[in-house]
Parts: sequence; structure tokens; C-alpha cells
Amino acid sequence: MVPLWWSILLGVALFVIGAAGVLLRRNILIVLMSLELLLNSVNINFIAFGQHYDDFRGQIFAIFVIAITAAEVAVALGILVALVRNKSTLRVDDVTTMKG
Amino acid sequence: MGQGFFLLFATGSVVTALMLVLARNPVHSALALMACFLQVSAIFVMLGAPLLAVIQIFVYVGAIMVLFLFVIMMIDVREAVLQRFMPGGNLPALALLILLGVEMIVLVLWSDRFAGTPPVASRGGDKVRELGTTLFSDYLLPFEVASVILLAALVGAIVLARKEPG
Repeated sequence: MVPLWWSILLGVALFVIGAAGVLLRRNILIVLMSLELLLNSVNINFIAFGQHYDDFRGQIFAIFVIAITAAEVAVALGILVALVRNKSTLRVDDVTTMKG
Repeated sequence: MGQGFFLLFATGSVVTALMLVLARNPVHSALALMACFLQVSAIFVMLGAPLLAVIQIFVYVGAIMVLFLFVIMMIDVREAVLQRFMPGGNLPALALLILLGVEMIVLVLWSDRFAGTPPVASRGGDKVRELGTTLFSDYLLPFEVASVILLAALVGAIVLARKEPG
């Protein structure tokens, strides 16, 4: 039986690493992959609490998070393809079209 | 036994996540992310959620990673590969991240609520069947809303990636 705080510490570690990827990297592909990592660390916490309290709602919310993540990735990669076709750059700093 | 396997998979997932952030080539990042998702699905099995582990492998490793790899192959990544990455390049963001990590770890380790309370005794029975019954009875409306969101994302991705707009 795994203690609850081990799972929470694993979630914390993956969340901080994913946030580092979002904040420090300038490659838009790696920023998107780090977003996936963030959502996965949240899923670990949901499932760990669900097992700890013997409740199904943790797993159900994890299923919804996975579904929303799939939709987000499809739209984000569509936007990415359109962006690269128009501006031919992968750096997030170069994309300031909507800055105003 | 279970704790040793948990430590093994947790270490593997953290190492592959670090490889994802630190790799220069996006293809290496995608492969590291795939390995990380496999370890996380093993952790889901240890946490008593085998259905979620299967969904994780199908959706992330099977669908999303293939999408990522296709997009990486479609667009030209040579310019991105040439650019160097230094972790100390953005000092305020780095300080913020260290603060965030230390704060969360200290709060989790200080609180006796996570370590002290014993887990609720498992009811037993067929977990996957009960999960499906709960999902399709109590959470039917969110389920249908998620399916509509997936359909909208499908149409939106096709419209966005089309060559000739309109």
C-alpha cells in the first residue's frame, strides 16, 4: 500500500517540471508537451485521493481531464500548423500578433 | 513490494519528464513524454485504477503522441534544433518555480492530514463495473458535454489546418 503523500509528492514534482517547461522553454512544441505533463500530474493527484477515500469521483474527473486534453491538443496542433504556414517560426516570443 | 515498484516508476517518470524539458530536439522530447506517460500509467495501476491506465495508454501514447510526431515531421524543426537552451536564461521564472516547488513540498510534508489519516477501507467488488455505472448514471450530462467538446475540437482542427480558408 503506497502512502498518500508519496503520490502527492510525485504530482508536485511532475507539476513543477511541467511548469518549468512552460515558463523556460521558448519552443512552442515543447510548451505544448509540458502542458500535457501538467494535466497528467493533476490526474495522479485525483486518482490518489480517489483511492485513499475509496471514491469513484477521482477517476471520473480524471477521465474528463483526459477527454478535454485530447480536444485541446487537436485544436492547439491545428493552430500550430496554421501558424507555421503563415509565419514560419516556432518561437513563442515571435508570435505577438494579438498583442494589440 | 508495491512501494518499491512505486518508487521505481516515480523515479522513471521524473527522469523522463526532465529529459522532456531539457532535450533540444523536439522529437527527443516527444519520445521522452511517451516514456513518461507509460510510467504514469503503471502508477495508475498501482493506485487501483486499471481502467484509467488503459485509457492513458490508448489516448496519450496511442493518439496524442502520434499527432505530435506527425506535426513535428510536417513542420521544419531545424531552426529550433539549432537554438541552444540554458535553464538560467530566465531568472525570475526560475525563482518563481523554485518558490512554488518548495512551498508545495513544505505544505504537503507539514500537514499531518496526508500522512496521519489511515485510508478508508476498500469496499471491494468489481471496481470497473461500478465506475462505469457511476459514470453513465450520475455523470451522464458531463459525459455528453465532453463528447460535444470533442466533436467541436475535431471540426475546429480540420478548419484550422486547411490550406485555403473559407
